[in-house]
Amino acid sequence: QAIVWDEYLTGPFGLIAQYSLLKEHEVEKMFTLKPGRLPQADVKNVIFFVRPRLELMDIITDNVLREDRGRAPQRDFHILFVPRRSLLCEQWLKEQGVLGSFIHREQYSLDLIPFDGDLLSMEAESAFKECYLESDQTSLYHAAKGLMTLQALYGTIPQIFGKGECARHVANMMIRMKREFPGSQNSIFPVFDTLLLLDRNVDLLTPLATQLTYEGLIDEIYGIQNTYVKLPPEKFAPKKQGDGGKDLPTEPKKLQLNSAEELYAEIRDKNFNAVGSVLSKKAKIISAAFEERHHAKTVGEIKQFVSQLPHMQAARSSLANHTSIAELIKDITTSEDFFDNLTVEQEFMSGIDTDKVNNYIEDCIAQKHPLIKILRLVCLQSVCNSGLKQKVLDHYKKEILQTYGYEHILTLNNLEKAGLLKSQTSGRNNYPTIRKTLRLWMDDVNEQNPNDISYVYSGYAPLSVRLAQLLARPGWRSIEEVLKMLPGPHFEERQQLPTGLQKKRQHGENRVTLVFFLGGVTYAEIAALRFLSQMEDGGTEYVIATTKLINGTTWVKSLMEKLEPAPF
Amino acid sequence: MSRARADEEEYWHSSKFRAFTFDDEDDELSQLKESKRAVNSLRDIVDDDDDDLEKVSWSGEPVGSISWSIKETASSSTSSLESRDSSLPKVSSSYTALPKQASSYSLSSLFKGRSKLPSFQSLSDALSDTGVKSYAPELRRPKAEYKDYSSDWSPKDTVRRMQRGKVCSLERFRSLQDKLVLLDEAVAGNDGNVITAVLIFLKRTLRKEILFRELEVRQVALCHLIHFLKETGEQKLLLDLLSLCLSSLSLQLSQYREHLNIQDVEKRREFLKGCIGLPFSAEDACHIQDHYTLLERQIIIEANDRHLEKTGQSEIFRKYPRKASILNMPLVTTLFYSCFYHYTEAEGTFSSPANLKKTFKIPDKQYVLTALAARAKLRAWNDLDALFTTKNWLGYTKKKAPIGFHRVVEILQRNNAPVQVLQEYVRLVEDVETRLNLATKYKCHDVVIDTYRDLKDRIQLAAYRCKVERGSAEEEKIDSILNNMVRSTAS
Repeated sequence: QAIVWDEYLTGPFGLIAQYSLLKEHEVEKMFTLKPGRLPQADVKNVIFFVRPRLELMDIITDNVLREDRGRAPQRDFHILFVPRRSLLCEQWLKEQGVLGSFIHREQYSLDLIPFDGDLLSMEAESAFKECYLESDQTSLYHAAKGLMTLQALYGTIPQIFGKGECARHVANMMIRMKREFPGSQNSIFPVFDTLLLLDRNVDLLTPLATQLTYEGLIDEIYGIQNTYVKLPPEKFAPKKQGDGGKDLPTEPKKLQLNSAEELYAEIRDKNFNAVGSVLSKKAKIISAAFEERHHAKTVGEIKQFVSQLPHMQAARSSLANHTSIAELIKDITTSEDFFDNLTVEQEFMSGIDTDKVNNYIEDCIAQKHPLIKILRLVCLQSVCNSGLKQKVLDHYKKEILQTYGYEHILTLNNLEKAGLLKSQTSGRNNYPTIRKTLRLWMDDVNEQNPNDISYVYSGYAPLSVRLAQLLARPGWRSIEEVLKMLPGPHFEERQQLPTGLQKKRQHGENRVTLVFFLGGVTYAEIAALRFLSQMEDGGTEYVIATTKLINGTTWVKSLMEKLEPAPF
Repeated sequence: MSRARADEEEYWHSSKFRAFTFDDEDDELSQLKESKRAVNSLRDIVDDDDDDLEKVSWSGEPVGSISWSIKETASSSTSSLESRDSSLPKVSSSYTALPKQASSYSLSSLFKGRSKLPSFQSLSDALSDTGVKSYAPELRRPKAEYKDYSSDWSPKDTVRRMQRGKVCSLERFRSLQDKLVLLDEAVAGNDGNVITAVLIFLKRTLRKEILFRELEVRQVALCHLIHFLKETGEQKLLLDLLSLCLSSLSLQLSQYREHLNIQDVEKRREFLKGCIGLPFSAEDACHIQDHYTLLERQIIIEANDRHLEKTGQSEIFRKYPRKASILNMPLVTTLFYSCFYHYTEAEGTFSSPANLKKTFKIPDKQYVLTALAARAKLRAWNDLDALFTTKNWLGYTKKKAPIGFHRVVEILQRNNAPVQVLQEYVRLVEDVETRLNLATKYKCHDVVIDTYRDLKDRIQLAAYRCKVERGSAEEEKIDSILNNMVRSTAS
C-alpha cells in the first residue's frame, strides 16, 4: 500500500511513527498530496492521510479523477481524516462525484501529540482564531476530549482551575462529558493534582513580545515546526578540506530539537545571553576529554577511552551544531534593528510612552518593514495601554492601510475583534495596576543565573506564567482584584475521587500541575514554567499542554485575513 | 533540584529510544502485541456497534441526503474492519497505540516516586477500558430503541450520537420547532462538525428566508453557516445572507471582503462602489471610499500608461519599462509610481503626485519619503532641492525636511548618491553629533572639517588630518584652519 500525505500532517506524524515502522506495516510508498495524476506505484491500496479541509478534498478529487481506469490491477482508495471525519468534506467529495471511489473512510483522532517529556500539543493552528473570530468552539471540544483521554490514562484530576471564557467552556464540556458517561470513572491513581486552564485571551501580551530564550529565539527567527528547524546551510558547511569546499550545501540544514539531546536540554530554556558561556564551557570539557588520550597509558585505559568515543563524538557534533546556531542568532540579535525593536517593546512593557504615536513604528512603516512586525508592535502598544487613544489608533490604521493596502482593513478588524487592537473606551488604563500587582516588569533581571521567570523576556515576566505561579502559592485569592481586570471569569471546580485514590502527600513531595494553554503557548512561557518546576523550593512541577505552539509572528499571521486566493 | 535533575537525566536516557525510535526488539514486539490487542478490542466495539447500526439505520429517506451519506460511510467503515485483506485498520489502530504510549513513558517516568501508577499501561488497555465503558450505556439501550427507532431519539441523543461519528437520520425532524431544537442542541455541544452537518440539513430543508431569520438570533450557528458558505464558495447565498443580516451584525466587512474574489478590475471597482453605501463606522467608511477612489484612479492611470508604453511615445517608459501593472497596489506604492513616472505633471492630472497627495490627504512625511525614494532611484538629484525648499511669508527660502535630514542622507546613500549630493544634505543635519557621524561615515570631508572648525576643536581636526589623502585639497584646508586658529589664540 501507499500513503498520500497531507504535507502538514507529516510533521506531527513524524513525531509518533517513523518510516521504518510504517514499512513494517507494509507501507511501500509515500507521496505528498498534490494536484495531478498520482505517481505510479505497484500497490493495491492508496491511503490519503488528510486534514478535513475542502481545498484538500479538491486535490484528492483531482487525483482520483485522473487515475487511469484501464490499468490493471485497479488500485483501491481509502481516506483517513485527521483528527476526525468531517461530514462537510464527505459531502464535498460526493458533490464532486468521487465519494464512491473510497472504499474506506476513517478518522484517526489525534488529539494531543507529545512534543517532549513535559509538553503536549494539539497542533490546531487556528484554534485562537476560530474561538474569537468565528465563534467556532470545535477546537475547545477537541481539547476537552483530549483532556478526557488524558484522564483515562493518568487518572481523574481532582482540582480544576481556570481563567477566561474558553477555559470556562472547556471545563463545562469536561463536566458534561463526565456526566454523560458515568462509567468513565476510572480507578487510576491520579498523576496530576491540578489542571489549570488558561485562555490565551487572558494574556494577549506575552506572545507579542520577542522571546529571548535560546529556543524562543530559534523559533522567532527560523520557526520551529514539529520540533524541527530549517537553518541556512552556510554555517554548517563541512570544515574538512577536500570535502567539497567549492560546492557549498544549498539545501537548508534540518535539525531536530528536543530534550533527547543533552546539550540542547541544558541550553534551550536559558536566556540567549547565557548560552555563549555554557557553550564555551562545554567546548573546554570536550577538548579536555579528547586530550585524555595522551594520558592513556595502559591497555585498559585506552580501552576505556575508546569506549567513550561515540558519546564524545556525539557531544562534539551537538556542540558544533549549537555553536553554529548561536552564531546565526547572534548575527541577528546584535543588529541595530533588532536592538531598536527590542527597546521599543521593553519601553511599552514597562509602561513608557504607550499613549502616543511611536517614532520607531512610524519609521518601520515608512520603510515598509514586514507588516507582521508592525502589527506585533502596534498590538503590543495597545495591550500595554489597555487600548490606544482613538487618535493614535486612527493614525496607525491610516498609515498601515495606505502603505500596505486598504484590504488590510480586514486584518485590522480581526485584530480588533480579538482584542489585540482597540481604542481606549473606558478611559482607564488598567495595565499599570496589573503590571505592578503581578510584578510583570522586573528591573533587576539576572540573565545568567535567573531567580525569577522574567529572565525569559529579559525583564518581562509572562503574565500567564505569573498566574500559574501565584495559583500555586499563595493562591488566587490574593489577586482577586487583578483577576477581575483580566477578561473572562475565573473559577475552580473539584472532581470527587474515591477515597482509595486520594493522595496522602509525603513531606517534600511536589505537586503536579497540568497547565493547558487554550489558544497557544510560546517557547518562552514553557521555559518559564520549566524554570518554576526546577526551583528548589517551588513545590510544583508543571506539565504543559496547548492547542498550538506559537510565537508572535505565527499567531498574528493566523489572525490575518488570507488575501491571496488559494493556489488551487 | 538535584533530584529533579537526576530524574530528568534518567528519563532522557531511558526514554530516548523508546519514544522516538523503535529499535528495541522486545519493546517493539510488545508494542505490536499491544496494537494487535487494540485492533481486537476495537473490533469488539465496532462489531457491537454494528448490530446496533444494522437495526436502526433504516429510515427511508431519499438516497443522496446527508443521513444517507453518513449511513453509507458508517456501513463501509464496519465492512472495512471486517475485511481481512485490508490492512488499513491495523495500521491506524497501531498508530493509536503509539503516540499515547510515548507520552505514557515520558510523563510517568518524569514523575518518579509515584511508580505505583500503571506507568506502562498501554493505550490499548485504556482504549478498551474506556471504550467499553463509554459505549456500555448505549449497548444497554438498544432494546428500547428497536421498538421505535425512527422517532425516539431526542435531539440531544441525536447530537450526541453524531458527535461520536455515528449514523443518525435527521429527516425525522420535520417541524421547524424540532429543527431549531436540534440546531440549538448542536450548538450547545460545541462540535463544529455536527453544527455544520445540522446546518446543511436545515439549509436543504428550510426556505432561506426562514433559515436566515432564525439564524439572526443564533449567532454561533450563523457564524458557522457563513464560514461554511465561504469554504464551499457559494457566493450568491453568502451575499444574500450577509446583506440580510447586515443590520443586526457588523458583517459589512465580510461583504467588503468579497471584492477579493473578483478578478476583473472593472467588476471589482463596481463592487467596491456598492460597498461605499454600507453602514460602516465613520473611519472604516472613509477607508473604503479611499479604496474605491484609488482603484478608480489606478484604472485610469493604467490604461493611459499602457498605451504610452506600447507606443513608445514617452522616454521614461522606454528607459524604465514597467515591471508590473499598478492595479491593486497600495496607495504608497501608487504614489511612488506616480513620483517615478509622472513627477512633473501638474496637480490637475489624475496621475500627478500632487493630485494623489491632495486626494488622499497623504501626510507630508509620507509624501516626502516616497518622492525622495522615487527621485533618488532615478538619480534625479536636481528634483530634491525643490522637495526640501520652503518659502516663508517674507519670501525667504529655507531647507526643511519633515523626516529629518539624517533620514534623507540614509536614503540617498542607499541609492548611491554622489558625494557632492550627499555632502549637501549631511550639512543640513541639525544635530552636530549625528552630522559628524554621518559625515565621517560617508567621507564628506568638507562637512567634517567645517563642523570641527565651528566647534573650534583643534584636537579632532588634527586627528582628522590623518584620514584625508596626502596633499589633497582637504589637507590644505585643515592646515590653513589650524594655522588660523593658532594665530587667533596667540594674538
